[in-house]
Amino acid sequence: MTATGPATAPVTAALALGDDALVLSHRLGEWAGHAPVLEEEVALANIALDLLGQARVLLSLAGDEDELAYLREERSFRNLQLVEQPGGDFAHTIARQLYFSTYQHLLYAELAAGDGPFAPLAAKAVKEVAYHRDHAEQWTLRLGDGTEESHGRMHRACEALWKFTGEMFQPVQGLDIDWTRLDERWRESVEAVLRRATLPVPEGPRTGAWSAGAGRQGLHTEPFGRMLAELQHLHRSHPGATW
Amino acid sequence: MATPAAQRTARTEADGTPDTVGTTAYQRAFDAAVAADERVEPRDWMPDAYRATLVRQIAQHAHSEIIGMQPEANWITRAPSLRRKAILMAKVQDEAGHGLYLYSAAETLGTSREELLDKLHSGRQKYSSIFNYPTLTWADVGAIGWLVDGAAITNQVPLCRCSYGPYARAMVRICKEESFHQRQGYELLLALSKGTTEQHAMAQDAVNRWWWPSLMMFGPPDDASQHSAQSMEWKIKRHSNDELRQRFVDICVPQAESLDLTLPDPDLRWNEERGHYDFGPIDWTEFWEVLKGNGPCNEQRITQRRRAHDEGAWVREAAAAYAAKHTGHTDGTRTTGHQTAHETEAERA
Amino acid sequence: MSTTDWPLWEVFVRSRRGLSHTHAGSLHAPDAELALRNARDLYTRRGEGVSIWVVPAAAITASSPDEKDPFFEPAADKPYRHPTFYDIPEGVKHL
Repeated sequence: MTATGPATAPVTAALALGDDALVLSHRLGEWAGHAPVLEEEVALANIALDLLGQARVLLSLAGDEDELAYLREERSFRNLQLVEQPGGDFAHTIARQLYFSTYQHLLYAELAAGDGPFAPLAAKAVKEVAYHRDHAEQWTLRLGDGTEESHGRMHRACEALWKFTGEMFQPVQGLDIDWTRLDERWRESVEAVLRRATLPVPEGPRTGAWSAGAGRQGLHTEPFGRMLAELQHLHRSHPGATW
Repeated sequence: MATPAAQRTARTEADGTPDTVGTTAYQRAFDAAVAADERVEPRDWMPDAYRATLVRQIAQHAHSEIIGMQPEANWITRAPSLRRKAILMAKVQDEAGHGLYLYSAAETLGTSREELLDKLHSGRQKYSSIFNYPTLTWADVGAIGWLVDGAAITNQVPLCRCSYGPYARAMVRICKEESFHQRQGYELLLALSKGTTEQHAMAQDAVNRWWWPSLMMFGPPDDASQHSAQSMEWKIKRHSNDELRQRFVDICVPQAESLDLTLPDPDLRWNEERGHYDFGPIDWTEFWEVLKGNGPCNEQRITQRRRAHDEGAWVREAAAAYAAKHTGHTDGTRTTGHQTAHETEAERA
Repeated sequence: MSTTDWPLWEVFVRSRRGLSHTHAGSLHAPDAELALRNARDLYTRRGEGVSIWVVPAAAITASSPDEKDPFFEPAADKPYRHPTFYDIPEGVKHL
């Protein structure tokens, strides 16, 4: 199935942004019934629902939302490797949220301010994402500056996901963004939050030897294939059915 | 809403009234309020048995909401369209919210959520047995919405007029939010019923499996229900189990017809004389077995619940520790983290 | 309170500008900031509010039901506080 066809600029970008939102929403949806406290069930679901809403609008710009979500192969997805990483513990989820929401917020604020094809979507989404970012920051502070155990877990999570953060600033075709500047602002913001949370800023490389721009080019990590299998199996078991 | 602590104080004062004439006066005031359809509020005096019944019922109700997330969450990652995925996520989220409203209502009676969760996790308090059945196919999500939520709504609407204020208010909110749950289930089944042969069969199979357990949700027949009579007298409960069950059957039969699905009961037929549908005998042996813990998912549900709670302990502790370090910082604006901590420490020193 | 037992907060929501905050319910949170955010997620997810207050439940002082009579009954026999107490001849306007 080649839903994308010849890649025109907005389609490539719509897929990149749409897949980010779809995949992260799916990962957050895995928390349902497993969250550390009832109040957080509600909070995580709110974030997942915002992202799913964004994904549906973005994928619809590129084609049929369900065809794109359910019938593409792994190699056709354009999301960042960061968002496909399995949940792990709550610290991993929060670290993933912190890295991604900060990026998404900065990016969408720029898109909203411009006059490109994504401006209307970004104008709405930027408010949602501001809240996601705040949620991630609040929890980063509490886990980092909480107990010895939470500090250790949050530290490990931030380290583990650090190598997926470089990919976020690989230029996406069709988005008129100063990526270097975006990266600088991201680092400033994330480092400030980590410091306030008494967490060391990870020092390792921000891309793996193999992963620069990988997700955006359809190269993903192994857990992603299993995630897609779960997401797609029912839809694919009934070709042509409506739901 | 009074705090549990304040509540306890009021209660101790009332119970501590030395002269029996005083206690009787409390009892009389309580009886009169209930008889006049007035609401009992947290700090009012109430008989211990009334309080205990409410705690038991509200806790069971709250537990049902949060355990009830599991069978449906089972399909969030596999929902067959993005629209359905969003609907299901919102629905499961509502259930967490409803659990929260109900635990809050229970807390006004002087029992903490932690205490109630403990009782759930250790099996000392129950949740609705319906959630001990598995969701085997996507159609089960529809059947739960239509039948299980339908039965729950039939049970819950009268609770909006329950004599205990906080419970009644929680139910008003819950019923308002629940109306979408039942409709989405019906719509989901309708899509399957009108879909391919396989989809129709999936829908019928789900209805076959969920119909009888749904009827059991109204509880044992009136003559075998140990708590019913007293609860009716206290106006915690407004209709008998059998009355509500009949109401539910009467509502479902025409709905099933318009779904083009059948209900798995050969004895189901309109009774002109009664003005109701007659239905076949319910297998209460199964009900009691599931209640005792021998249902298909009892162990799985409580294990997952306990694991989520245990694995979340470090998160709750972290947030409590952080709050303790950063006291006095309550303006709700973006936190200033470290700086505040140092200031606070300086103040203390 | 055990370390994991977060305190209870009462939530007040202003449903739209021009109306006062009314009690919506309660929730648990470790501190005011998360209480506010939890309240937003829980009590305004269907667009029910434009402003939220959270108050530690322990900070509320309530009148006691035992004092109900001395507190509230004396107000019941002062009808002269209400405009309908006064007879005004027909035809008098703007009163």
